Amino acid sequence: METVLAVLVGVLVAASVYLMLARNVLRFLFGLVLLSNAANLTIFAAGRLTEAAPPLVPEGLPGPPEMVANALPQALILTAIVIGFGLLAFALVLVYRGYQSLGTLESDAMRYAEPVADTQPAPATKPEGGAP
Amino acid sequence: MTWLLSLPLLLPFATAVLAFLARGRGTLAGWISLGGCLLLLASAIALMAAVWENGVVAGQMGGWPAPFGITLVADLLSAVMVVITAITGLAVAVYARADIDARREALGYHALFQVLLAGVCGAFLTGDLFNLYVWFEVMLIASFGLLALGGDKAQLDGAIKYVVLNLVSTVLFLTGIGLLYGLTGTLNLADLHGAVQNVENQALLTVVALFFMTAFGIKAAVFPLFFWLPASYHTPPVAISAVFAGLLTKVGVYALIRLFTLVFTQDTGFTHGLLLVIAALTMVTGVLGAAAQNEFRKILSFHIVSQIGYMVLGLALYTPLALVGAVFYLVHHIIVKANLFLVSGIARRLTGSFDLGAIGGLYRASPLLALLFLVPAFSLAGFPPLSGFWAKYLLVKASLDVGAYVIAGTALVVGLLTVFSMTKIWAEVFWKPHPEGIEPALTRLAPRERATLLLPVAALAGLTVVIGLFPEGFVVFAERAAAQLLDPAAYVAAVLGSVP
Repeated sequence: METVLAVLVGVLVAASVYLMLARNVLRFLFGLVLLSNAANLTIFAAGRLTEAAPPLVPEGLPGPPEMVANALPQALILTAIVIGFGLLAFALVLVYRGYQSLGTLESDAMRYAEPVADTQPAPATKPEGGAP
Repeated sequence: MTWLLSLPLLLPFATAVLAFLARGRGTLAGWISLGGCLLLLASAIALMAAVWENGVVAGQMGGWPAPFGITLVADLLSAVMVVITAITGLAVAVYARADIDARREALGYHALFQVLLAGVCGAFLTGDLFNLYVWFEVMLIASFGLLALGGDKAQLDGAIKYVVLNLVSTVLFLTGIGLLYGLTGTLNLADLHGAVQNVENQALLTVVALFFMTAFGIKAAVFPLFFWLPASYHTPPVAISAVFAGLLTKVGVYALIRLFTLVFTQDTGFTHGLLLVIAALTMVTGVLGAAAQNEFRKILSFHIVSQIGYMVLGLALYTPLALVGAVFYLVHHIIVKANLFLVSGIARRLTGSFDLGAIGGLYRASPLLALLFLVPAFSLAGFPPLSGFWAKYLLVKASLDVGAYVIAGTALVVGLLTVFSMTKIWAEVFWKPHPEGIEPALTRLAPRERATLLLPVAALAGLTVVIGLFPEGFVVFAERAAAQLLDPAAYVAAVLGSVP
């Protein structure tokens, strides 16, 4: 089972890297969704996959009576899913807002913060002597 | 002691709620934010005093003993970072009263700002790796909101790049956490310190270490992972970019220092050697990038990258003196860099632009502002007797002590190039006359506005001078902080109780 999950994680990462190499920001985000799922599966697999009872303590006992599954990785993944969901929802809205406002999804065309001419030396607005 | 540890988290969150409820009611939210920052500073100082008196302070949240519950822990490094966060927060909260427009205030600037402070403090105080991830996310989502707040075209453009690249870092961090948990079975930092030594395949640990190095490297903006920073930091209002510039990347540096002194120390030849190369390249590319820029805040943004290199250098050398230098540099840099951004905001208010070619004449019209720029600028470049001189001196001395002459030379040359950038700003913004003949005197601002903008700048500049003139106390402090980092026995004992 670990092997299957490991292969699945590999496939997800490969697909997400392919998507994230695109210039289109939306594709990049879809790649990111896959990547965060791959990360969640990694935690799941790293927490050891065992067939065991659910980690429930019956009433009146100090601990579970038999071997139970490790609940921590699932708790971690749940937290990560929630956080990831929030962040990706924000990112999608941001990209949509960017598309409305900037009129493009191509990262090459997004030059409002860094206009291409910006890195050139300023044209001859410089007055001759520097001293006041 | 637990309440001392949780106050720096609870206060900003409570302030955020109040500020959110008060938004749209004129200046009320701003005053609440200011009051919250004052309380945060008081609680941070109390925490630092406690740590200075009693050594490492740890508290178990919810009463679950470590390593099962979530631990909050403050050693000297954490404590001083929280104090400096509070100082920066307070300075920016004052400045924001005059800088943030009513529209952004109504959208909830003050609430987001406080959540950001809570996230930063949380990241400094947590003793649990997964909890660190959560605090990173708190910080990140608040910074996303602040960056995009208002929705100018340039802001949205910068925000998209900032958001997507930081999300990649987040996923890498999470993957690293998963793999480390698989190897050791724990995520408590103090517990990890012992657990990593029992891992059979130490090479796997180094691989996991690289996941963390990359993830925190993106947050800290080291070479070659810094591109999101100069693409976005110059787009939001100054009161936002100043707090970003002061605090956010430093959280990444802090996380690097924490993990690579406490957990990943089994193969320092490789990991810290790699960090050394990264540090040198970061310093050089940052300062060269700055030399090519002609926009006030973009120059400063590239200098953040370059300065991060110095802090990573202190960690990479991994000697007592180098860590002293790194801690000293962290504190000095946050004050100075936030201050320079604040100055750039005043300069823009007076002259009308951030573009070096389009502004000028500040030296003659407002010599006070010129002085307030010179102090942090020279401190950044490392002129004695300002704080930056001692920070650089410690690091260069540490590199010479271990015979790392190339890196010492690099640090010195980068310092020189920093002077070049600062004199460029000086010549263009302050020295040359304004191209449109405007007389940018401070009196162009209303008296109240002038005081609100100048007060935090003067206070931070004063702090730089104080650190510079009386460095001894600060160095002694940094020495104790570095000693705690190099010998985490006290840290581990404080978290895990009597268990070694």
